[in-house]
Amino acid sequence: MDELIIAGRKFRSRLLVGTGKFASNAAMLAAMEASGCDIVTVALRRVDIDNPGDDLLAHIDRQRYLLLPNTSGARDAEEAVRLARLARAAGCEPWVKLEVTPDPYYLLPDPVETFKAAQILVKEGFTVLPYINADPVLAKRLQEIGTATVMPLGAPIGTNRGLKTREQIAIIIEQAIVPVIVDAGLGAPSHAAEAMEMGADAVLVNTALAVAGDPARMAAAFRKGVEAGREAYLAGLGEERRQAEASSPLTGFLRD
Amino acid sequence: MNFLDQLTTYDYTDVLARIEAKSATDVERALAAERRRPEDLMALLSPAAEAYLEPMAQQAHRLTLQRFGRNILLYAPIYLSNECTNGCRYCGFNAGNRVPRRTLTLEEIEAEAQVLHRHGFRHVLLVTGEAPRALDNDLLAAAVRRLRPLFSSISIEVYPMEEDGYRQMVAAGVDGLTLYQETYDRRLYAEMHPFGKKRDFDWRLLAPERGGAAGLRRIGIGALLGLGSFRAEAFFVGLHALHLSRHFWRSHLSVSFPRIRPAEGGFAPLHPVSDPRFVQLICALRLLLPDAGLVLSTRESAHLRNHLIPLGITQMSAGSCTAPGGYTGGDDETRQFAIDDDRTPAQVSELIRSLGYEAVWKDWDRAFLDKTG
Repeated sequence: MDELIIAGRKFRSRLLVGTGKFASNAAMLAAMEASGCDIVTVALRRVDIDNPGDDLLAHIDRQRYLLLPNTSGARDAEEAVRLARLARAAGCEPWVKLEVTPDPYYLLPDPVETFKAAQILVKEGFTVLPYINADPVLAKRLQEIGTATVMPLGAPIGTNRGLKTREQIAIIIEQAIVPVIVDAGLGAPSHAAEAMEMGADAVLVNTALAVAGDPARMAAAFRKGVEAGREAYLAGLGEERRQAEASSPLTGFLRD
Repeated sequence: MNFLDQLTTYDYTDVLARIEAKSATDVERALAAERRRPEDLMALLSPAAEAYLEPMAQQAHRLTLQRFGRNILLYAPIYLSNECTNGCRYCGFNAGNRVPRRTLTLEEIEAEAQVLHRHGFRHVLLVTGEAPRALDNDLLAAAVRRLRPLFSSISIEVYPMEEDGYRQMVAAGVDGLTLYQETYDRRLYAEMHPFGKKRDFDWRLLAPERGGAAGLRRIGIGALLGLGSFRAEAFFVGLHALHLSRHFWRSHLSVSFPRIRPAEGGFAPLHPVSDPRFVQLICALRLLLPDAGLVLSTRESAHLRNHLIPLGITQMSAGSCTAPGGYTGGDDETRQFAIDDDRTPAQVSELIRSLGYEAVWKDWDRAFLDKTG
């Protein structure tokens, strides 16, 4: 059975779903359902984490989904760490999707503050899933200090532009010793399939579902895209052919 | 997860069967892939890949050119001692062999080093057997400190150490570690190493990781070709290389392909590797590991070494002597094995130039490791 394993915990689905930007909780729930996801991420700034009756939290069945709080909105390590601690104090599992995005326009992650926050949170026993730019060395530094995954972006968050960082993500995947989850920028199921074909372990999608005409239908489409990409990766893709070379200038000496 | 955990998930016989079952389609897919996986390495090492030797060589050549340019780094070994407490069946230093035993003094080591320095070498590899009474970490560190002024890079090919031992080496000025697993087949390993500390397969297997953790900047691995099936051995070398390069990503990895040579004790290879299969193995590993150093020693013939240069080789020894004290006054009886390419360093470097490559004598600087500077 092909399972996604993060920090020793097994998941059937390789599609993670975000909960922001949906027109209604009903649309969000329908999308979650159709996506087949096991993990949903929630921005701590959007919910009243101490209140079980919170409008959004109350809708998420925690028996069924792992609720992954994220620190979206945090501008530095200190803010992100504080948010993560609050979530744990409120009874959430000690898992956190670490986002430190001081730039309010492209919401690009700050590598220095993300690294600092990850160091602190790992030490405090959190399972840390850091959102990062597609920087292979940062990915290595993070996995070295014990993050459970790395989550490189495909394109700036919310842009739906696909795998603009493809070359860098390929290097991250090639060198990773933890699961690589492509996060942000994936706008179409084909983008998700492309990431999975390359060997990504999972993808996270939010905006593409939330702003679709029919979020549930788009979620189902992403589910298929992720599954198709994963299957293709496991099956071993036939790549484009390069030109054949007939003569033997390099190995002719073996017949001398 | 260490490499032992990973190795345990593979069965040697099963791996060999999977390699042998690979088809031409698998080989073509592996050749065309942008980034290759262990499955692709299996295909490239398979009998089916034998028909693709030239396209493999072409790609290996292109990849090497792209990553390393037209450069061949030259180095030479210095044998410090042939005393050994191990019983490796294939090795001239085998404790059971009745040969004269010798451990060089610091003065003698420096005299050997001076000869190599005069030839132009700035990268050296210090080699010993495993005999702590004759040569321990402290003596080795002292030798390294003594040689530091002469060389820009000092590597060791000695017995496996604790992580602390490797730290001591780094502090003394060692930047590289070479350690061959010999065979990745546990059963065969036990057979080949009937006594001595080297019997401990796991201890040896994890030594490169201990070296990496201690901060060694270059790590070299390999299997002794002629023991197990080359296909399975090369596959595990590739897997080991991938593991090390992911976990110790600050260290540069190199792979060697020592083929068994005639040695004292008269060991005959169990699975001899022919020249075409040797070329296949080198190309397959280059295709899996575009950035790895590929090392070729003077075990191989001058003819073969000339032709292997464009196929992906990045480092070569030259003018090597495998006996302690051999550069200052050779004694064939104490050598580890017979070399084949006996050209002088100058001849080898001239040959490299005639092939359109640059012979590189220095590719490292002591200043990198000098924390006091």
